[in-house]
Amino acid sequence: MTDQWTVRRSGRATKISSVAMVAFGIALFAVPFGFRTDVVQQLTTLCTLLMMAVMWNVLAGYGGLVSVGQQAYIGFGAYATIFLTQHDVTAYLAVVLAALASGVLAVALAPLLLRLRGGQFAVGTWVVAEALALLVALDEDLGGGTGVSLRGLNTIAPDWRRAYTYWLTLGFTLLLLALVFLLLRRRSGAAIQAIRDDEEAAASLGVRIMPLKFMLFVLAGFGCGAAGALTLANTLFIQPQSIFGVQWSAYMLFMVLVGGIGTYEGPILGAILFFLLQDWFAQYGAWYLIGLGAVAIAFALFLPRGLWSLADDRLPFRLLPVGYTLRPAG
Amino acid sequence: MNWVNAVIQGVLLGGLYALFACGLSLMFGVMRIINLAHGDIAVLGAFLVWSLTVHTGIGPFWALVPALPIMLILGYVLHRTVLARSLRGGPLTPLLTTFGLAIVIQNALLQAYNPDVRSLGGAAGDIATGSWRITGQISLSYLGVLILATAVLVLGGLQLMLRRTAFGREMRATAQDADTATLVGVPASSVYARATAIAVATATLAGVFLGVRSIFDASSGPTQLIFAFEAVVIGGLGSLWGTLWGGMVLGVAQTIGATIDPQYSILAGHLVFLIVLASPHGRSLLGYRREGRPA
Repeated sequence: MTDQWTVRRSGRATKISSVAMVAFGIALFAVPFGFRTDVVQQLTTLCTLLMMAVMWNVLAGYGGLVSVGQQAYIGFGAYATIFLTQHDVTAYLAVVLAALASGVLAVALAPLLLRLRGGQFAVGTWVVAEALALLVALDEDLGGGTGVSLRGLNTIAPDWRRAYTYWLTLGFTLLLLALVFLLLRRRSGAAIQAIRDDEEAAASLGVRIMPLKFMLFVLAGFGCGAAGALTLANTLFIQPQSIFGVQWSAYMLFMVLVGGIGTYEGPILGAILFFLLQDWFAQYGAWYLIGLGAVAIAFALFLPRGLWSLADDRLPFRLLPVGYTLRPAG
Repeated sequence: MNWVNAVIQGVLLGGLYALFACGLSLMFGVMRIINLAHGDIAVLGAFLVWSLTVHTGIGPFWALVPALPIMLILGYVLHRTVLARSLRGGPLTPLLTTFGLAIVIQNALLQAYNPDVRSLGGAAGDIATGSWRITGQISLSYLGVLILATAVLVLGGLQLMLRRTAFGREMRATAQDADTATLVGVPASSVYARATAIAVATATLAGVFLGVRSIFDASSGPTQLIFAFEAVVIGGLGSLWGTLWGGMVLGVAQTIGATIDPQYSILAGHLVFLIVLASPHGRSLLGYRREGRPA
């Protein structure tokens, strides 16, 4: 029976679409040369949202770890950048180091948090985020509760500063997308997708769950730290209440649920949608957030695989070779 | 004497946290879900009572008489409409749904009322301010004792109900194995809906006590959820009396932290929680729930 079927990872259409997407990602680097600076700044915001969505999806979609506390890394990344620039590190180098430091923080927290499951993990991560926010607010050197500005970037001309920040953000975004792609593409991908579908069944088939979850957790910590540090580089001012705020988790939940949880393309779609919605509806304040919450509930209940599933089920091929396709041999 | 006072006030404060936590504990025990909207539901209850006191002029405790049945029905409907469906969607869906619900409730309250901070203390009269003076530095407030007594009564009542009544038996059976319980004629979805109703009602009670004791606003919910969850974990998941001890430990940690420096109050609570999580004992507490022991 076995020789009647072959497993394929990609066809010609998938290869063409992959190349097109990579080319598009690289072409985005040229944006600051052709567009106004506010467009560049908006795209930077979109990229940070995209990073958060992809990282949250890595945790919840693939690891089965619903975190309500990723803002711990977002805030930590931002404040680590502040701390490093206060100690005479160049701002952009500080952003990179802060992202790595967030990954280290995730390594340190993993033994504590990864033993929790389900709702306990969700609230456990949240407590960590709250505790970090309180600790940061206590530190007067970091501006205390009133907030702090990023110094060291004001020597650069504003247009160039926005362009540099944009390039760094886009670079991080593509790096994270590439890392997730590699995770899914390699042997770990099958294991991760097995964990996504049924953790206990995967474990009984010999998938070593904890090392993979650890990897996903650290990757998400690194990515969210980078997103936080870049949010700071984009806005130049942060406050503990807002950068450690649980609204980030609400945004991530919305982007991933609406886009499609547990898919590679879903969070990207979700982030773009969320970005547009925020642009159009943010002035409605509370109503906007009520709408976000209600839409997220509706998606969780009625379209749990998100919008991307609508496209994915109809497309005759996959946009990226992250899955397996069974075809008759010959 | 300062420290003795801190411990006593902490124990009293623990009563409030235990009251917040028991609904969370009940829903976790029966349905294995953590309701991330629990704190916001409690604040919703407090706002309902606030509206009743403002529009009718009655005290907040009298306002509970119409408010509790309303919230019971609300909890029942909440389960029938949203939670029942989310329970069918796998282990992650209830978390995602209740988090979405938390965002909706919080912002709906912000829209319907305003961001102003409110208190029910004024409407409650003497009971909110009076106290027994034990020594020069130590006093027991009427309200603190009332809250603790209520928490003990509610937890004891729940425990009795679970152990002694037919409904409690159904609830324990459903908690252990919903499918098997359904096979022998216990309708799981109805048990779940009633458990949610009870949880929402106890959350309302806790929210009102919070409002009488101190202040609340539309965004108070998440903090209360975190405290409730900490109390549940410190006390040991799956044990109602443990929740009371957990609440007290958390309360004492916060008041002792506040005695050192007011800024350390909440942080001290978080640290105790994280220490319990990190300790081997904490692990066994967390492993305990796998046994399927009911709430």
